[in-house]
Amino acid sequence: MSSANHHSSPASGKSSHGSFKSYIVGFILSLVLTVLSFGAVMSGAVPKGLVLPAIVVLCVAQLIVQLVFFLHMGTSPDERDNTAIFLFTMLIIAIVVAGSLWVMHNANVNMMPMHMSAGQAMTRD
Amino acid sequence: MFGKLSLDAVPYHEPIIMGTLAIIVLGGIAVLAAITRYGKWGYLWKEWFTSVDHKRIGVMYIIMALVMLLRGFADAIMMRLQQALASNDAAGYLPPHHYDQIFTAHGVIMIFFMAMPFIIGLMNIIVPLQIGARDVAYPFLNSLSFWLSAVGVILIMLSMFVGDFAATGWLAYPPLSELGYSPTVGVDYYIWALQISGLGTTLTGINFIVTILRMRAPGMSLMQMPVFTWTALVANVLIVAAFPVLTATLALLTADRYLDMHFFTNELGGNAMMYINLIWVWGHPEVYILILPCFGAFSEIISTFSGKPLFGYKSMVYATVSIGVLSFMVWLHHFFTMGSGANVNAFFGIMTMIISVPTGVKLFNWLFTMYRGRIRFTAPVYWTIGFMVTFVIGGVTGVLMAVPAADFVLHNSLFLIAHFHNVIIGGVVFGCIAAMNFWFPKAFGFTLNEKLGKASFWCWLVGFYLAFMPVYVLGFKGMTRRMNHYANPEWHPYLVVAFIGAVVIMAGIALTVLQLAVSIKDRKKNLDLTGDPWGGRTLEWSTSSPPPFYNFAHVPKITSLEHYWDEKESGKAAQVGRYEDIHMPRNTGAGVIIAGFGFLLTFGLVWHIWWLAIIGLAGMIGTFIARSYDRDVDYYVSAKEVERIESAHFTQMKEVA
Amino acid sequence: MSTTVATHIHDAHAHHDDGSKTLLGFWIYLMSDCLIFSVLFATFGVLAANTAGGPSGKELFELPYVFGETMLLLISSFTFGGAMLAMNAGRKNQVVAWLLVTFVFGAGFIGMELYEFAKLIHEGAGPNRSAFLSAYFTLVGTHGLHVTCGLIWILIMTHMVARFGLDGVVKRRLSCLSLFWHFLDLVWICVFTFVYLRGVL
Repeated sequence: MSSANHHSSPASGKSSHGSFKSYIVGFILSLVLTVLSFGAVMSGAVPKGLVLPAIVVLCVAQLIVQLVFFLHMGTSPDERDNTAIFLFTMLIIAIVVAGSLWVMHNANVNMMPMHMSAGQAMTRD
Repeated sequence: MFGKLSLDAVPYHEPIIMGTLAIIVLGGIAVLAAITRYGKWGYLWKEWFTSVDHKRIGVMYIIMALVMLLRGFADAIMMRLQQALASNDAAGYLPPHHYDQIFTAHGVIMIFFMAMPFIIGLMNIIVPLQIGARDVAYPFLNSLSFWLSAVGVILIMLSMFVGDFAATGWLAYPPLSELGYSPTVGVDYYIWALQISGLGTTLTGINFIVTILRMRAPGMSLMQMPVFTWTALVANVLIVAAFPVLTATLALLTADRYLDMHFFTNELGGNAMMYINLIWVWGHPEVYILILPCFGAFSEIISTFSGKPLFGYKSMVYATVSIGVLSFMVWLHHFFTMGSGANVNAFFGIMTMIISVPTGVKLFNWLFTMYRGRIRFTAPVYWTIGFMVTFVIGGVTGVLMAVPAADFVLHNSLFLIAHFHNVIIGGVVFGCIAAMNFWFPKAFGFTLNEKLGKASFWCWLVGFYLAFMPVYVLGFKGMTRRMNHYANPEWHPYLVVAFIGAVVIMAGIALTVLQLAVSIKDRKKNLDLTGDPWGGRTLEWSTSSPPPFYNFAHVPKITSLEHYWDEKESGKAAQVGRYEDIHMPRNTGAGVIIAGFGFLLTFGLVWHIWWLAIIGLAGMIGTFIARSYDRDVDYYVSAKEVERIESAHFTQMKEVA
Repeated sequence: MSTTVATHIHDAHAHHDDGSKTLLGFWIYLMSDCLIFSVLFATFGVLAANTAGGPSGKELFELPYVFGETMLLLISSFTFGGAMLAMNAGRKNQVVAWLLVTFVFGAGFIGMELYEFAKLIHEGAGPNRSAFLSAYFTLVGTHGLHVTCGLIWILIMTHMVARFGLDGVVKRRLSCLSLFWHFLDLVWICVFTFVYLRGVL
């Protein structure tokens, strides 16, 4: 298209790209969070019950770091559309994933386990 | 060399199928010969197949939808006839395997290849005109979307004559749809037809969201968009949010069938219920994707012909948006009986009841729009009133089934069949035909025959009640869906009445076809020279009928919700200013070519002809990349050209005045 | 006349694609892709325990190896950032160089993944062994397929930058590719957390 010299090509908007500093910060934070995640599981230093919550929190933290530093998501006017669309998508994903897990778990609990024979199931009641 | 494909794949021994094939081949030859005879190939290729004009693409979508309506209805009446015959000792005329394919094809075609193209076609024609845009955001992708859908249609039609179609029901539940129980290519045709047309639909969704968010005429805020555009926006958001789920779910089924995986199999830990769960995560929003734009069309129609602004515009918008969000929280009501516990069923039952509230709000808005209006009883208004009455009945039976305890009795019975036909025919079909009658002059420049339109409406309305009220009763009497034969003589009379109803609907369809034919023949008498035949309120009526390819010579600056109406009232409409060059996209054959390779890919995959599939895939990607190197994708229409087209229109308008 | 002026401004925005439209559309596409992955994650979550007597994640996954894969992808994300910075500075050759570096790391990731898959299949833990393994291969494989597409795209963009220079169209497409590449890293964060790390717990 003929927009080569157009003043608002994607690269010229302030928000659509980061600075060298922001990439470095994002990269280091991601490195640290990744190491912490793997470390929490591999080192065995974290108490058993806390490992899963820990890696989930680290995962969410790293997602946010990369969204902000690499995908430049934010609240400035020209980022707002993308951010709103992203949040809506997260809502749908939460509904789909949590809903599916809930529904399927509930169905499994309420039905005869697959590895149980009919006889075993009867004796269990 | 040809995978599973051999000459045995053609069902020579089936007289019904071969008869259909003969008719289609003869008809096809006649059409092709006619095109060649009149030398129209170049015209079709240049002006239609390669067109990126949203209005032409929309027209092609709707033609495709009407053709598929005929196919889907042929399936429907065959089923009605079978059930009217196959009582007790009589076996009817359709063998079970053929009958199973017919009910599957009927569902798939009516939802994916009739209703969806119709809705998308309407959005294509109307949305850019309503927001004062000259095209959609990505004209080339729009053309690609259409041709990908067309490949889906071709695959489904082909499955009738080469191989067979799925005999699983329209959602292809596993384990029945797994390789062990459906070893033929039927389910593969199903999967690939839906995947390729689904890809097109997703692209359309993205295209229209961006179009509506970014290409509105200056000054038009979101709350100044016409209601049809609002419903189109929400429907497209639902498309983008729901169709990926369908794509992924079908991909998992594909992995089971092609790669010997175990997602939904009975053995090695597969869980078929996950498929049912996932397919309905898509399936429920899908029905709102279909109905919401119809709600929008009814809103425009009722407000135009009542001569009043729509009552409760804001509540209409909020109702649409909340239906959109809620539609993602009700999917389990399609399988209350699957075995989830009381708390899960209660949650989804209550959500289902809640979603009926915004729908009720809309109904009251339409009624209050009519209240004290000067209603002109044109054909679109007939359809709208017929819709309001019919849809309420369908909605009420839906809420009835939202009670999990009641659903345990009604699940998979004919009551359910009657319910969803009640809302889909009463809502979507009536909506599409109403919209077609309403916007036809905008697309083609002449109005449709009113008398035949009304006659068609009465046949549809009466036919619908005759066909489906007995089906409700049969549901209560315990008849389940998809029966090829039954031994309960008590059901027989109801099914005969239902068949008669289907025949009346057939008359309605015939009258619609006749209406189109007569209107085209008499087009000189019904010309719409002003561009505003109904006294319209929204922007699409401000340009000529049919609009010039650039839609608007001057893009209006919007100051109010009913901008065009207000301009007309204050005598400011149709002012002439200085013309300027207009920037437009060039036509491209890339969409047709990519879809052509897409056909090779999917046909190869259906029949396990791997080399063909690889050629198809490579061709699709290659063409797309080649297209990305093409720098000559747009051009300017000169101001002089614009002036010539516009002054011709103004001369016409003056002649009328 | 004021309408004429408005028309002109509108024209400039709507019909010369200033890139914001394309980027918005591409973002929405990424969101739809996100939903595909969310379905695969949900399926994995439902089927993860269904090993059907076959090997479980705990027996199969080697975390140091996965850590290596993660590092490759993370570094490639950073190097792509380098390409974007060079693009904004208008340095054509640097863009090509950074893209090629990114390609090498991405290809390394795909190589490691293919080796891992081959090893699993060789050990009899292929996708047809159990529902758990079907879900594992499909989820991780779909991500790998996306990365492969990204690699092809990087090559094409490298050629385009060399051929057309950094004009508006090329910049717009590089911006889309940047979103795509970083997005794949986001998906991978969820993969290593919920598939590998949770799998060995």
